[in-house]
Amino acid sequence: MNLRMSTGPHLLDKDTTQSLMLDVLIALIPATALGVYFFGVSAALVLLVCIVTAVLSELIWQVLMKKPVRITDFSAVVTGLILGLNLPANAPLWMAALGSAIAILLVKQLFGGIGHNFLNPAIFARAVLLASWPVHMTSYVLPQRLLLGSAAPSGVDVVASATPLLSTSQWSTMDLFIGNIPGTIGEVSKAAILVGFAYLLLRGTITWHVPTFFVGTVALLTWVLGGNPLTAVLTGGVLFGAVFMATDYVTNPMLRVGQCIFGVMCGVIVVVIRMYGGYPEGVTFAILFMNCITPLIDRYSKRKVYGEVKQHA
Amino acid sequence: MPKKGNDLRGVFINGLLTENPTFRLVLGTCPTLAVTTSAINGLGMGLAATFVLIGSNAVISLLRNFIPNKVRIPAFVVVICTFVTMIQMLMQAFVPPLYDALGIFIPLIVVNCIILARAEAFASKNNVVRSAMDGVSMGLGFTLALILISSIRELLGNGTVFGINLLGASFEPMLLMVLAPGGFIVFGLLLGIINAIGEKRKAGKEDKEVAAA
Repeated sequence: MNLRMSTGPHLLDKDTTQSLMLDVLIALIPATALGVYFFGVSAALVLLVCIVTAVLSELIWQVLMKKPVRITDFSAVVTGLILGLNLPANAPLWMAALGSAIAILLVKQLFGGIGHNFLNPAIFARAVLLASWPVHMTSYVLPQRLLLGSAAPSGVDVVASATPLLSTSQWSTMDLFIGNIPGTIGEVSKAAILVGFAYLLLRGTITWHVPTFFVGTVALLTWVLGGNPLTAVLTGGVLFGAVFMATDYVTNPMLRVGQCIFGVMCGVIVVVIRMYGGYPEGVTFAILFMNCITPLIDRYSKRKVYGEVKQHA
Repeated sequence: MPKKGNDLRGVFINGLLTENPTFRLVLGTCPTLAVTTSAINGLGMGLAATFVLIGSNAVISLLRNFIPNKVRIPAFVVVICTFVTMIQMLMQAFVPPLYDALGIFIPLIVVNCIILARAEAFASKNNVVRSAMDGVSMGLGFTLALILISSIRELLGNGTVFGINLLGASFEPMLLMVLAPGGFIVFGLLLGIINAIGEKRKAGKEDKEVAAA
């Protein structure tokens, strides 16, 4: 009889980092495709620069530090793509490249590589770029292919515009849903994000808790405070952030109850920043802040170990 | 007992490098992060702290046999306060722009950990010459560290160092660097680099010792 001795875990899953990251990449395809469709070649260039810089940064760091090169796990590709989708289509390419390098080197590799980053690398890089070059980060272009009505002024290449968060009445709900609005490359098309979300749920890559509680809280709180819950969800980066950035395994609470708290608090912070803060959108800072207190949530949502008795003093 | 000149040189090198207050002892990080938005602020803060360090170290060393052990901390603080008040008034009179730029952080030198730590750890146990020397070296170590951090922050956040434009007109300043997060990021990276160099040198020394033995 052939007995194999080994230490746990004995139940192995077929999932690897590579397969999980590939699932995320597949889920991002609709949002990427629609973003490129709406914003054209410049959007594709921004995404490309982000991905290439992210992978190169990881490769160079791992070679220089004499660490095993792990770029084939696609995690750097995902980080680069998510950061790119978080930038406006007319973002300068040097800024996109710098953001990618910051995400990979400062947030991921300096803290020990994949699985050791305490913040989501892409969202931190976005925050750095937003604080450093606010003009580049918030001057959005109108989609070049206007599908539904509202004709573009002719003879103009690019029209800069405020985020629909500031002028919600200008856009129809259908435009907001399809993504026919100014915004960052990935956040505009809610339809594409929902397709990606459905794929991730079907594959079991993420669970529904964080995104649902996040978006639900934003809608509910906006409604309570007298806003329109539907436009609140369909404008800005709430859906994209909730589905693709707040669900990062590493910076998320481990237990379901913790994830629900995480989602609700993200939603509360977003609404508070939108209604009372200086920035029109608060998704970036909400997710960053909750990333920081994730260890705390984990600590207090820990289950009691069965059979353990409270010590009598 | 080493010769007197050598001894003083040892004290000097100690504060400048071996026990650099900012990068090795990690003391006084609050002003370090707050005022290093431009090189001139860093220099001003460093020199003000140096003045207070030299003065308080010398006076506390002179008084070390008269201060009862139980009330030594309040006594140190009174001495330090005196010098801080002096430098505050001097700066207000002679360098008003710098005084305005540093703001609350000048009176806060009173509670700067470096100064109280040197009074407690050094001046209360050493003679006046060594204590004053310790003040000079710790102060200069602090000043150099502040200049290093603030130059990097000013260069990236404003394109200038000491107000001189180095990166040209086409450079788009990285605003984050002159905001609070930039201070933490630059300080953290420098600390990491200096620790890495320190560990490498230590490992190299141990290798040599092993080889020699």
